Amino acid sequence: MSLIHRTAAELGRLIATGEASAVEVAQAHLDRIAEVEPKVHAFLHVDPDAVLAQARAVDGRRAAGEPLGPLAGVPIAHKDVFTTADMPTTAGSKILEGWRPPYDATVTRRLREAGLVILGKTNLDEFAMGSSTENSAYGPTHNPWDLTRIPGGSSGGASASVAAYEAPLSTGTDTGGSIRQPAAVTGIVGMKPTYGGSSRYGLIAFASSLDTPGPFARNVLDAALLHEAFSGHDPMDSTSIAQPVPPVVEAARQASVEGLRVGVVKEFGGDGYQPGVLARFQEAVDLLESLGAKVVEVSCPSFAYALPAYYLIAPSECSSNLARFDAMRYGLRVGDDGTRSAEEVMALTRAAGFGPEVKRRIMLGTYALSSGYYDAYYGSAQKVRTLISRDFDAAFHQVDVLVSPTTPTTAFPIGERADDPMAMYLADLCTIPSNLAGNAAISVPCGLADEDGLPVGLQIMAPVLGDDRCYRVGAAVEKAFEDRWGGPLLKEAPAL
Amino acid sequence: MTETLMPYDEALAQFEPVLGLETHVELGTASKMFCGCPTTFGAPPNTHVCPVCLALPGSLPTANETAIESTIRIGLALNCSIAGWCRFARKNYFYPDMPKNYQISQYDEPLCFDGYLDVEVDGKTVRIEIERVHLEEDTGKSTHVGGATGRIQGADYSIVDYNRAGIPLVEIVTKPIPGTDRLAPEVARAYATELREVMRSLGVSDVRMEEGSMRCDVNVSLMPRGSSEWGTRTETKNVNSLRSVERSVRSEIERQAAILADGGRIIQETRHFHEDTGLTTSGRSKEEAQDYRYFPEPDLVPIEPDPAWVARLKAELPELPSVRRRRLQAEWGVSDLDMAAMHNADAFGLVEATVAAGAPAADARKWWMGELARRANEAGTSLAELPITPAQIARVTELVASGALNDKLARQVLEGVLAGEGSPDDVVAARGLQIVNDDGELSTIIDQVIAANTDAADKIRGGKIAAVGALVGGVMKASRGKADAGRARQLILDKLGVTE
Repeated sequence: MSLIHRTAAELGRLIATGEASAVEVAQAHLDRIAEVEPKVHAFLHVDPDAVLAQARAVDGRRAAGEPLGPLAGVPIAHKDVFTTADMPTTAGSKILEGWRPPYDATVTRRLREAGLVILGKTNLDEFAMGSSTENSAYGPTHNPWDLTRIPGGSSGGASASVAAYEAPLSTGTDTGGSIRQPAAVTGIVGMKPTYGGSSRYGLIAFASSLDTPGPFARNVLDAALLHEAFSGHDPMDSTSIAQPVPPVVEAARQASVEGLRVGVVKEFGGDGYQPGVLARFQEAVDLLESLGAKVVEVSCPSFAYALPAYYLIAPSECSSNLARFDAMRYGLRVGDDGTRSAEEVMALTRAAGFGPEVKRRIMLGTYALSSGYYDAYYGSAQKVRTLISRDFDAAFHQVDVLVSPTTPTTAFPIGERADDPMAMYLADLCTIPSNLAGNAAISVPCGLADEDGLPVGLQIMAPVLGDDRCYRVGAAVEKAFEDRWGGPLLKEAPAL
Repeated sequence: MTETLMPYDEALAQFEPVLGLETHVELGTASKMFCGCPTTFGAPPNTHVCPVCLALPGSLPTANETAIESTIRIGLALNCSIAGWCRFARKNYFYPDMPKNYQISQYDEPLCFDGYLDVEVDGKTVRIEIERVHLEEDTGKSTHVGGATGRIQGADYSIVDYNRAGIPLVEIVTKPIPGTDRLAPEVARAYATELREVMRSLGVSDVRMEEGSMRCDVNVSLMPRGSSEWGTRTETKNVNSLRSVERSVRSEIERQAAILADGGRIIQETRHFHEDTGLTTSGRSKEEAQDYRYFPEPDLVPIEPDPAWVARLKAELPELPSVRRRRLQAEWGVSDLDMAAMHNADAFGLVEATVAAGAPAADARKWWMGELARRANEAGTSLAELPITPAQIARVTELVASGALNDKLARQVLEGVLAGEGSPDDVVAARGLQIVNDDGELSTIIDQVIAANTDAADKIRGGKIAAVGALVGGVMKASRGKADAGRARQLILDKLGVTE
């Protein structure tokens, strides 16, 4: 088997034992990137020399007899929303084109400390705002299953790079579904940890109370290994949780649902859901039951208000978070010809530097926070948020995990929803409640929709700090499906 | 633009002022409010900066616990309630010296609220109610180069120093203060003075108004006498000395009174005080109230002060200035009026330090409130800014007590010290300022003086002992002040064969 088709866990073992060098592994992935990038466009930045230098350092440490962690030398694609001191960081926006941060994000630093070899920075919807990666200022990323379709978003470069075997692992961020939805539509695993379980320091903020870094991988155990590598308390992030990372790797190895209570969220399904998605989801539920889980239907009535609440809270926070892009200290500067005032330069720069979706959300958020509207919009949305958390609390009294389709449809064609923000927003219908409540949720592949042959994701939601349950159930489902399919779902993907 | 002013007495005859003060105090913590950068004043521009206080993309704030503690101590010293749970909030507005284009502040959940501070004006105690004490971060400092005003409008270009950005700032807001009547300027000053003393006693800030570590915004409105409806207020920003606090209130009362008496209306606006003219000029208009779009800061967890910790902070508060003053007043045996005079002259601390350096309280007060106050006034400066230390004053009083100097010579010593001639002892030595107590030399002088004033000598011999003053004066003059007047008097009487 070629190196690019190995799992991250296998690559880590091969490198640690010396059966493969980190340089060989890195080169194999660089070759794959060179081969398929023109079709996929998952990356915004790749510097092969820098990649090989990182790999050589790992090989050097092995040669020196230093102990290597389970992912040392394993390549990873890093979402271009995390700061990297040695690579440009754009957040997919023209306003940061060419910006080189002077510091590493905590997630970046922890990847380096774990010996992961950062292949480059992946494409995303501008400032992580979108569900298709079409909002990137640097052009869309293509779904490896069908290059005419979207890879999901906002972490579309991250999902596509892993699905296209350009990287065994990638990082993402999930604010309303930006890890789980891309994972679902590209047939891979994507996990949104508990909010505060992974550090936001150095993650360019979209919506501070929702943003959560998380892992992508082609299998559940790899995702757990990466999750463990970069998560945990960070004193630089006041909202980070001062508790140990839940035992995610152990849970992924346990892979059992025997005796577990699984709740099917009644509100997710019906109109607006693609039949093939619902069929695969029902199969997954049946599978869980056959594996020994006790399946019940659970009602979460407030979930119906999650989408509108999200589209008040996230834009409100973003309108403030993105105020710092003002041409004064870094990034794009437009109109500074010596005659214009600072305010004019700010306005011209922001007009030129932000794309339409970012502007739309800044305006929505500015409006929602305005004096006289605050209570009706932001205030009400926060109340809905509390109700959603209560629905989750009540549900998790009855069951150990909740399940739903990750996203109502499979990957849609590039351009189809570009002019219809509401249709685009619906892609995150099932994922948003867990962002609002801050609990853990994962998406694992559960087959291909009959009507289009494209991947469908199963979402498994667990309580706050119950991340291990996502991995335990996800791994059990994965194992059972792979037994049925005779291997991973990605084997069905067309060759690029 | 010159504006019409109405003479103060006339203004007060027609209108009653209502005051309000917002005071910003930079805390003297070692590091900034939300990052680890140092807070020391005077570093080269943009050297005390990091990703957090420059608001680089991805950076996050973490709250400085010492700053929270200091704020709670300030609240306790100002008799405030302390919130059991509160949050930071974002105040959103664009300005180049604010890196995030929002300020992390507090909005409807201040850390401390509902307190008061008693101040003394003209021997009366005025209770100033405190609305809130909250914690926020300072902005950077803009310098506008070119243009006439030094303000951003009309400048050729502006440069920003972010060293100050993120320094912890406590904002202390009073409730509206009605009823001060014609004492409004003095009340404003007394409040700022007392607040500064409280900060000093807590050791939370160096409260240097000239360096901007304490800044007052002064709100003034007028209402016609007999009315109970408050008028439109103006906010005079960044008044940078205690004297300016007083002057700005006075000048704003005079300006508003002139407008109102003329049938005009006051524009709700920010005004700037000018030290040179003592006048305020219009700044940014607040007519269209700026919408700061406050919302709870999602990057920071709520503050939940442990009640036991707050109780301990309260128990450990130092002796507060008003309490200390009452204690020292009793120890020194000083009248209320004299205390008020010292307080108003900002001399209290200097007197206290002089006493601590060994001087009798009466002497310390005499020098600071007399000779030195006069000299400060002449120089147009404050007592604290005079180039003389409490220890030096104490030394002078010691020299007088020992008989080495009399008051007249002591004044010359002070003059020498103020002129930079060194310590009191240096000045005594260099200027040869010592009382002549060699009876031989004195005797010679007395003989000459008696010979030159036979009329007076005869009167004394005849029993008119009061006439001796003229002869003592003659001796002092002849000795150029160095003679011991008491000793000279005794010798004259002896020589003239008169006993008292």
